[in-house]
Amino acid sequence: MWIAYKTIVIKEILRFTRIWVQTIVPPVITTSLYLLIFGGLMGGRIGQMQGIEYIDFIVPGIILMTVIMQSYANTVSSFFMTKYNNSFEELLVSTTPNWIILLGFVSGGIARGFCVGLAVTLTISFFVEINIFSLLIIAITFFLTSIMFALAGFINAVFARTFDDISIIPNFVLLPLTYLGGMFYSIDILPSFWRGLSAFNPIYYMMDAFRLGFLGIGSIELWKAFLVPISMIILLAIIANALLNRGVSIKTE
Amino acid sequence: MPLALSTNHLAKTYSNNLEALKGINLKVEEGDFFALLGSNGAGKTTAIGIISGLLKSTSGEVEINGLNQKNHSNEVKKMIGLMPQEFNFNPHEPNIEILINQAGYFGIPRKDAKLQAELLLKKMELWDRRFDVAQSLSGGMKRRLMLARALIHRPKILILDEPTAGVDVEIRQSMWHFLTQLNDDGMTIILTTHYLEEAESLCRNIAILSNGELVLQSNMRKLLARSKRQVIIIDTIEKVSHPIEISHCDCEVLDENTLQVSQGEEVSISDVVSALSEQNINVSHLRSSQNRLEALFLSLTS
Repeated sequence: MWIAYKTIVIKEILRFTRIWVQTIVPPVITTSLYLLIFGGLMGGRIGQMQGIEYIDFIVPGIILMTVIMQSYANTVSSFFMTKYNNSFEELLVSTTPNWIILLGFVSGGIARGFCVGLAVTLTISFFVEINIFSLLIIAITFFLTSIMFALAGFINAVFARTFDDISIIPNFVLLPLTYLGGMFYSIDILPSFWRGLSAFNPIYYMMDAFRLGFLGIGSIELWKAFLVPISMIILLAIIANALLNRGVSIKTE
Repeated sequence: MPLALSTNHLAKTYSNNLEALKGINLKVEEGDFFALLGSNGAGKTTAIGIISGLLKSTSGEVEINGLNQKNHSNEVKKMIGLMPQEFNFNPHEPNIEILINQAGYFGIPRKDAKLQAELLLKKMELWDRRFDVAQSLSGGMKRRLMLARALIHRPKILILDEPTAGVDVEIRQSMWHFLTQLNDDGMTIILTTHYLEEAESLCRNIAILSNGELVLQSNMRKLLARSKRQVIIIDTIEKVSHPIEISHCDCEVLDENTLQVSQGEEVSISDVVSALSEQNINVSHLRSSQNRLEALFLSLTS
């Protein structure tokens, strides 16, 4: 099983590194633009957020947004393509158990989230000095976030029938949730109604924990910030594994 | 002879209520070269899909080398190599990676997988193209790549779904030769094909599916012996201007130098040639107008 797992992970890493112009370069350019526009040009006028210079305040959010989008994109596109070109049959006829398949694809998502997140962090370090309050909190938040969104991407791919189906969720759900999860602002500045609504956005908890890891400031207790993604991961993993076991959209019914 | 494959009332009804298999009982002996024939939509690919684990059956059982597929899923999967009808690899992946990954999915360490991949790619004459992506290969090369992939984990049973479709004559011949070698080495081969001469020349036993039912399972020789009449086309040296009569045969003059003779069971080709010679007609060429298996196939499935 370990060999099968390793095979899927190596295959996934080779896949996204082989097309690095599509997978690694665009987020790096987008990040540079975010920093230039929101940090450099507008940041000076905004001043400080929670006592932190605005450009420094948005850095963790930009990195986490990259991790979210890339982890999701990797599993959704990779798994959808295996369905599209029927190469998933290579796994179906093999002895690889479904949970290893799931673990392999999710690990691929984590690997891409890490690689692109690191590339973006290095790019940011050319513009601003990056503070690290707790590497452990950053690492835990990164893992929880990438696992959760890799799983979500996998489930999206299971149900996707066309290429449109794999771009709807990232564009119309993930991106708005990321922006509304406190990427560019502190939730504390919102009116109470909107602050209450943000509590239903899981990205808000991860964003808060990630910012705590970098800047040492947070609005919610750390255990709560970790509990939400952990619960989501358990739920999504159960759903994804059940879908694989039932052969939904993989085995013709 | 022990059975490599047996199905017991294997049935499949798709969610759109299409009854693709209606309880077939298929038996394939170990070491056999077995033809599974049927017209389009007869249920061949469905049967193969279930046997290889790609599809779920609605009811019935599959046993591979005496092991029940449901109870011994992994052992059964290890024993089967599948070369499907449609290309089902990632076209953007290098050819050698496709083989190494497939081996990895069966738990074969990367080092061993590389050696086995090298061996198979060399046999398939694809070694020089090992680092090219699969989409850059020609149709015939893609088929050979799929055959190599089906063999990467050293299965005992090889299932080939239309292996030579779209393959040129030369490559088809070399594939036949390679498959015959595998079979001689003890591998059980189950073949579906639309080229009936392929089945006739390679396979020892045969089953014919029609509308999801097994209409025949037989030894190839015995089956061909059932063919009572053979139609031959004869090119004559002399012009034929009058109707020809040969006892126990039906003769038709197709044009002034061509005859079609439907041979009776008790008449040999030399009898036909002699009869024509007695009528001062000498034969320059003769050929079978229809493959015997084809005639039987049509009579059983139409």
